[in-house]
Amino acid sequence: MASNPPLIQLRGVRKVYGAGATQFQALKGVDLDIAQGDFVAVMGPSGSGKSTTMNILGCLDVPSAGEFLFRGHHIETLDRDQRALLRRKYLGFVFQGFNLLSRTTALENVELPLLYRGESKARRRELGMAALAKVGLDRWWDHTPAELSGGQQQRVAIARAIVTEPDVLLADEPTGNLDSERSVEIMELLTSLNREAGITVLMVTHEPDMAAFARTVVHFKDGLVERIETQHRQGAAVEA
Amino acid sequence: MFGTTLVLALRSIRRHLLRSFLTILGIVIGVGAVVTMVTLGKATTAAVQASISALGTNVLQIRPGQGFGRGGGGPRPPDFKPEDVTAIANQIAGVTAVAPQASASATAIYEGANWSTTINGTTSAFLTVQPWPLAAGRYWTPAEEEAGKAVCLIGNTVRQNLFRTDDPVGKRMRLGAITCDVVGVLTTRGQGGFGDQDDVVVMPIKAVQRRFTGTRDIRLMLVGVDQAYSTATVQAAITDLLRERRHITGGKDDDFNIFDTKQISDTLTSTTTMLTRIVAAVAAISLVVGGIGIMNIMLVSVTERTREIGIRLAIGAVANEVLMQFLVEAVALSCLGGLIGLALAQLVILALVPLMQVPWTFDPQINLIAFAISAVIGVVFGYFPARRAAALNPIDALRHE
Ligand SMILES: Nc1ncnc2c1ncn2[C@@H]1O[C@H](COP(=O)(O)OP(=O)(O)O)[C@@H](O)[C@H]1O
Ligand SMILES: [Mg+2]
Repeated sequence: MASNPPLIQLRGVRKVYGAGATQFQALKGVDLDIAQGDFVAVMGPSGSGKSTTMNILGCLDVPSAGEFLFRGHHIETLDRDQRALLRRKYLGFVFQGFNLLSRTTALENVELPLLYRGESKARRRELGMAALAKVGLDRWWDHTPAELSGGQQQRVAIARAIVTEPDVLLADEPTGNLDSERSVEIMELLTSLNREAGITVLMVTHEPDMAAFARTVVHFKDGLVERIETQHRQGAAVEA
Repeated sequence: MFGTTLVLALRSIRRHLLRSFLTILGIVIGVGAVVTMVTLGKATTAAVQASISALGTNVLQIRPGQGFGRGGGGPRPPDFKPEDVTAIANQIAGVTAVAPQASASATAIYEGANWSTTINGTTSAFLTVQPWPLAAGRYWTPAEEEAGKAVCLIGNTVRQNLFRTDDPVGKRMRLGAITCDVVGVLTTRGQGGFGDQDDVVVMPIKAVQRRFTGTRDIRLMLVGVDQAYSTATVQAAITDLLRERRHITGGKDDDFNIFDTKQISDTLTSTTTMLTRIVAAVAAISLVVGGIGIMNIMLVSVTERTREIGIRLAIGAVANEVLMQFLVEAVALSCLGGLIGLALAQLVILALVPLMQVPWTFDPQINLIAFAISAVIGVVFGYFPARRAAALNPIDALRHE
C-alpha cells in the first residue's frame, strides 16, 4: 500500500441525515485512504454506514463535514453536475439489484454510458461488444434483462460499469441477490478486472467468503471505521 | 447527442403506442380543427368575395320594390325613368357613373345553332361601373348607343354555344324577332354566386327598350361610387333624391331598394372573421387540454422511470441531459400529434370541399403555424415534468421501486 499514492482520501467525513429532532448521524468522522489498484471490501453490521460511505466515494452524495479527495482534488466542494461529470469519467457502478434498463438489450444497456460520452454509434457498438466479451456475454448481446439469469444480469451491469474504462469500480453488495456459485463467478470477474485492467475495486459485502477475494478489508461499526486489515493471500477465508 | 436523445424519445413513444396516441389526441383534434376551419373559412370567404366583386366593388344596385322578401301586397311600384338616371348622375356627389339596365330573354340563332340567353340593355356607363374588357372586337360607339342600333357584345358562353369555332365579330345573328350585329366578345368572368355571368348579350339600352321591353322603363340602376366617398353617405343621398322624385312623403317606406355590395362584403368579412375567432378559441382550449394531457403522461412517465433516471444519473448524465431527454420526448409527442392533426385536416378538407362548393386550397402558413404551436405546447407542458426528472436525487431514484 505504501508503494501506491492514495487514490482516495476521506478525512473526518461526517454524514448527517434529517434535521432537528429526527437528525441522525450516519457517519461520525471516517478517515480512510484507498490506494490506486486496491481491491477493498467494506464490511460491517447493517446500518453501520457502509452504503453512505460508498455513495460519498461514488460522488453520488456529499459529506456533511470533512474532506474527500480524489487524486488529491477536493470533491466535497463540487456541485451536482461537476460530480456527474466525474462519475462519467472515472467511476463505474454495480448495484445489488443490477439496475439494468428493462426492455432494453444487454448491448444497449452497456452502451448507455458511452451515449453520455458522445461516442459514435459504431464506436459504442465496438466498445460495448468488447465489454460484453470481457464478462463472457457477447453471445447474449441482444437479450433483454428479463431473458437473462441474475448472474448474467449482474455481469451485464459489470460490463456497463467497465465499458468506459473507469479508474474505480464501486459495488454495493453486488452478490447480495445471487446464489453462492454465481457470487463466486462475479467475484472472480471483479478480481480479474482488478488484476488485469488495474481497476480499483470498492465493494460492500456481508459475506466473509466474498470479502476474502479483496486485498484490503475495511470494517465499519456505528458510523466509524473500526479496523482495516490487509490480506496477503487473496481468496483465502478471512479470520474473524 | 441530440440525435440519440430523439431516438430514445421515439423509442419510448413506440413502447407505449396506445398510451402515446391517447395522450396526443387533444393536440390532434386541436391542430386538425384549427387548420380545417381556417382553410375552409378562407376558401368560403374568398368564394363569396369573388361573387360579390363580380357585382363590382363600390357599386350600389337600385331596384324598385322593397327589396328581397319584402313587399308583396299592393300595386307594383313603378320602374325608374331615364330622368332618374340623369338626376342621380348629376346631382349626387361621389357618383362616378350611373348605368341603367333593362333586360329581356330571347333565343339567339346563328346558322342553325340556337341558344336561349339574357339580353342586357345598358349604356357605356355600365363599363365604367363594372369594367368588363373585351376578348375581341370593339365596344359600341356613342353614336350607336344614342341611336339605339342593334349592335351587341356577347358573353363567352353565348359565343361557344352559337358560334363554336367561328369568329363572331362582324357576324350577324338573330335575336328574338330582330337581327343584330356582333361587334365584340366579352372576356370570361366565370361562375359567380349568381349563375353563369358569361351567358349574356349586352346591347345599347335604347335598342332593348324599343325592340324587346317596349317601354322606356328601367328595372335596375348600377351606381358607381368614388373610392373617396363612403357608400353609406352616397346611398343616403340617393335615397333622399329618389324619395323626392317618387313623391314619397313623411313616414312612408321607400318603394325602392338600394343594395350596397361593399356593405354586404364587409358584413360577410366581419362575420367570417368572428367565426374564425370562435373556432380559434375552441381550438386553443383543445390545445391547452392536449398540453395538460401531455404533461400528465410525462409526469406518470417520470415516476415510472424514476429508477431509469437514477441509473442515468449514476452513470454520469448531467441534469440538463435528463431534462432534455424528457423535454424532447414531450415535444416529439406533441409534434407527432401536430403532424397527425395536419394530415387529418387535409382529409377533412378534401371531404368537405365538394359539399361546401368551395375550391380546394392548401394554406402553408396556417399549417406551419399550427405545427409550430403543437411544438411549443410540447416545450411548455413538457418542461415541468422534465425539470422534475432532472432534479431527482440519484440515490433516491435508484432506490425507487
Ligand atoms: N437518506 C437517508 N435518510 C435518513 N437516514 C438514512 C438515509 N440513508 C441512510 N440512513 C441511515 O443511515 C444509517 C446508515 O445507513 P447505510 O449507510 O445505508 O448503512 P449500511 O451500512 O447498512 O449500508 C442507517 O441507520 C440508515 O437508516
Ligand atoms: Mg447498505
